Amino acid sequence: MEKALYLGNEAIARGAWEAGVRVVSSYPGTPSTEITEAASTYPEINSEWATNEKVAMEVAFGAAMGGARAMTCMKHVGLNVAADPFFTAAYTGIRAGLVAVVADDPFMFSSQNEQDSRFYGRSAHVPVLEPADAQECKDFVKLAFALSEEYDTPVLVRVTTRVAHARSLVTLEARQERDVLPYEKDVRKYVMMPGNARGRHVFVEQREKKLAEASNKMEINRAEYRDLSIGVVCEGACYQYVREAMPEASTFKVGMCYPLAIEAVREFAEKVERLVVIEELEPFLENQLKAHGVACTGKEMTGLQGELDVKKVREILTGKKADLPQFPAMPGRPPALCPGCPHRVTFQQLKKHGYTVFGDIGCYTLGALPPLSALDASLCMGASIGMAFGAEKAHGKAFSRHAVAVIGDSTFLHSGITPLIDACYNGGTITVLILDNRITGMTGHQENPASGYDIHGNPAPQIDLEALCRACGAASVRTVDPFDVKALDAALEEETAREAVSVIVVKRACVLLKRGGEKK
Amino acid sequence: MKKDIIIVGVGGQGILLASRVLGKLALEAGLDIKVSEVHGMSQRGGDVITHVRVGEKVLSPLVTEGEADTILAFELLEAARALPFLKKGGRIVVNSQKIEPVTVKIGAAEYPQNLEALLEAHGKVFAFDAREVAMHNDAPKSVNIVLLGAYAAGETFPQEAWLKAVEACVPPKTVEANRRAFLAGWALVKQGE
Repeated sequence: MEKALYLGNEAIARGAWEAGVRVVSSYPGTPSTEITEAASTYPEINSEWATNEKVAMEVAFGAAMGGARAMTCMKHVGLNVAADPFFTAAYTGIRAGLVAVVADDPFMFSSQNEQDSRFYGRSAHVPVLEPADAQECKDFVKLAFALSEEYDTPVLVRVTTRVAHARSLVTLEARQERDVLPYEKDVRKYVMMPGNARGRHVFVEQREKKLAEASNKMEINRAEYRDLSIGVVCEGACYQYVREAMPEASTFKVGMCYPLAIEAVREFAEKVERLVVIEELEPFLENQLKAHGVACTGKEMTGLQGELDVKKVREILTGKKADLPQFPAMPGRPPALCPGCPHRVTFQQLKKHGYTVFGDIGCYTLGALPPLSALDASLCMGASIGMAFGAEKAHGKAFSRHAVAVIGDSTFLHSGITPLIDACYNGGTITVLILDNRITGMTGHQENPASGYDIHGNPAPQIDLEALCRACGAASVRTVDPFDVKALDAALEEETAREAVSVIVVKRACVLLKRGGEKK
Repeated sequence: MKKDIIIVGVGGQGILLASRVLGKLALEAGLDIKVSEVHGMSQRGGDVITHVRVGEKVLSPLVTEGEADTILAFELLEAARALPFLKKGGRIVVNSQKIEPVTVKIGAAEYPQNLEALLEAHGKVFAFDAREVAMHNDAPKSVNIVLLGAYAAGETFPQEAWLKAVEACVPPKTVEANRRAFLAGWALVKQGE
């Protein structure tokens, strides 16, 4: 069989394709973006960039409820956005397989927090699989679809940066084509009003018990006996670190971290002298074991923050510090807005005028770094507008005369529309800058509803940002080219002075965008 | 055989392509391989590090501190930043070109002096201006492949296998320029031996 060097993310897409998936809907987010980019190269998969993760989850759910295998992929904070449909999809279950892939980012290479998505599985009562390399990414996604249909549940596949963004060898197999099941109306299963949901909650509890029992016998949860003086419970990239750091140690390789194979681990624990849990971020495995009376150590040695690696794991397991030479610290090289980036001009002017700037998530978050140092806040996707309005509520309308919200085109469509409506509806007087660079930039140039193209680069209906903002209730909406500094300054001065909600669409294509006909 | 390679530079220098060539080479040779990349925010002119591990069986996707056989650095300061990864006496192939980080440009830090001496204190250094070599060989966009050529010249794989891997990874239109670039980097190291 053919072997290929695949990124973990590419292997996830390949696994979905081999499993006969027909629909993939996602919103880009590092480190998950390449899954959907890779999925879009398979003609059998109907792929799309959705407006946000909640929509993506709902589209994938609709496809799965309708009888086609479907997948949605997102970064960890994206699952916060998609949590609403996710929790109730756990109640309804599915008709054809539904898999949600979530990519966590320990150490926050490209994220605003370090949350541990495994808890979503536990909270929603959805099984969680965690692969340890690209081959497992492919295999586990296929298994996830099988489990989804066997147990009538969405399945969460969780990866971290070191699995999502690591290339390793993958054995390629053929696609197993699956017919779309005929649509069937099933009100008690899919209309989640209280009477029906109560019934489904009973089902959810029974399903979880069955899964917990089955977990003990699954091949992906396996005891590997070597030296019995130490046994290490681990999963994902941590499994690789443990195997390399202490090759002689016995290991319990967790493939499904929720519900955990408690009885299988208990049996393993009884055979080894000392049980250690090596996991990044939260004590997710450790606490499940402790809650079931399996004595172990973990977080007091690994800590809660950042990534682990072979050196750290070796030091933890052996108790010996590595003896390495010291090196002088080098000056930092933080990322910066590109030369010629249109956002630079905007931030220069905002800084010059001394505005308070409520920022958002995207390349332009880099406007916070020196020398621009132009941002006051950046919280989550779409938060800039709500924050600006909240500050106005705290300090009065005068505050908004020297404050703006700054948000990108894709981020505005993702979750900036509802706070804009809120500010208009509730009498705000804020000024919103939509930095429209014609593309979703930070994640590596994905199309969005404002760009005029779909995921394949084909022409698509293009949203009219000005008309949209007017419809939301903005009193003044205008578009300026940031390279026309005089016009930008005039717009800033007039719109911040206005005691009503204003929107300035600051429009110029990303300097890296290689598309014909865009103004650069 | 086991090789741990750290490739470092500045976002946009073509590091991912260099690691892809190494991947292709190992795949063709029937070896196991893992390549760790960081995408996203760091691409915007920040420091970039790629871990490449080749061997009979590779476990961790990351090279362990103090265990890298080679640092292949596309920029001088980044070579120094990666030093903690190098095993004692390991090989450093480094582009002597300096790219000032934003912290230096705005006066918040100074570009360190005598970095070559620091590198030489810890490894076997081959430093040269890869950009100049690329320009001289009419391959101005192939600085990364010049560096890869210099790296490859110190390794055991035959030149033809490398060239085949390069050709498989670069756009068809650029094959000739990249061939020239690779051979120029290779020749520099071989001349010095």
